[in-house]
Amino acid sequence: MTGPQTGPRIGVVTFPGTLDDIDAARAVRYTGAEPVALWHADADLRDVEAVVVPGGFSYGDYLRAGAIAAQAPVMRVVVEQARSPHRRLPVLGICNGFQILCEAGLLPGALVRNAELRFICRDQWLRVENTSSVWSTRYEPGAEILIPMKNAEGRYVADDAVMDELEGEGRVLFRYVTEGPQRGATNPNGALRDIAGICSADGRIAALMPHPEHAIDAFTGPSDDGMGIFLSALDAITTGDLAGAR
Amino acid sequence: MARVAVDVVIKPEILDPQGKAILAALARTGHAGVSSVRQGKHFDLEVDDSVTDADLEEIAGGLLANPVIETWTITRLDGTADGAPHAGAPADAEPEAAL
Repeated sequence: MTGPQTGPRIGVVTFPGTLDDIDAARAVRYTGAEPVALWHADADLRDVEAVVVPGGFSYGDYLRAGAIAAQAPVMRVVVEQARSPHRRLPVLGICNGFQILCEAGLLPGALVRNAELRFICRDQWLRVENTSSVWSTRYEPGAEILIPMKNAEGRYVADDAVMDELEGEGRVLFRYVTEGPQRGATNPNGALRDIAGICSADGRIAALMPHPEHAIDAFTGPSDDGMGIFLSALDAITTGDLAGAR
Repeated sequence: MARVAVDVVIKPEILDPQGKAILAALARTGHAGVSSVRQGKHFDLEVDDSVTDADLEEIAGGLLANPVIETWTITRLDGTADGAPHAGAPADAEPEAAL
């Protein structure tokens, strides 16, 4: 990619059926980093320092949302480099990206049909539960952020052992805010323990169902609250907090 | 060549809202005697002789089903392997079994 960008290179994956790669690349660009397009069929991460797996309907949600994409050549490399103890590539999954990371085994649990069987499209308040992950240090503990959500299969489920592990290790990243009339909502989709996003034990692999890349500018979204996620990763990359990363 | 059926259903402990919607529709259409519906998926595979039962298990558990949320059964429809239709199944339960 040419242009004036000189910041760290952050990859944005495109599968057949991906919708939100353009907005994800725009969010990366807003931080001053350089978005690098990664193609599903290429087992090549083009020397990026982090990867965003954006939302959409990869492979038409055939079989299960994210199931086919999880086996794509680019994801095999993402998984390999995320798991490599020498590389520990930071990865963010958004919406379909969350589903893909779970299907690929990078994060535990699964995303299933919303309890009311509806496609939910609205602005959603989230509470930030973990502010030490690579993708969340820019937030204050307990901060409430407003970002859009739009999905039909966003109900997070996992068995009790996994849920206890996530809670015990502080790996619940975001929860749906369910109290307060101005929040206008209960848990929107029946997700266990109101979970909207989780992360890996080392905080490098993170994912959420709502869309921070649609909330980076008050001109085009409900807030700019989503920028914190992308800026957190930029901080981690530029300050060298990613010891072991290339 | 052999024909193999893989049936996938959501685990009992996971809410199946589609099954519940179907159950409600059955009640509305006069089938009040149905007490539970779980919706699943059925896959018909044609495989050659190199595909072992262990391969089929990997195919089912590694891609066709998600072990986090689903269970599955594998049935060799021609009965040439140890996945033969189990005794007691009506002869016409699986028309393909006669192939």
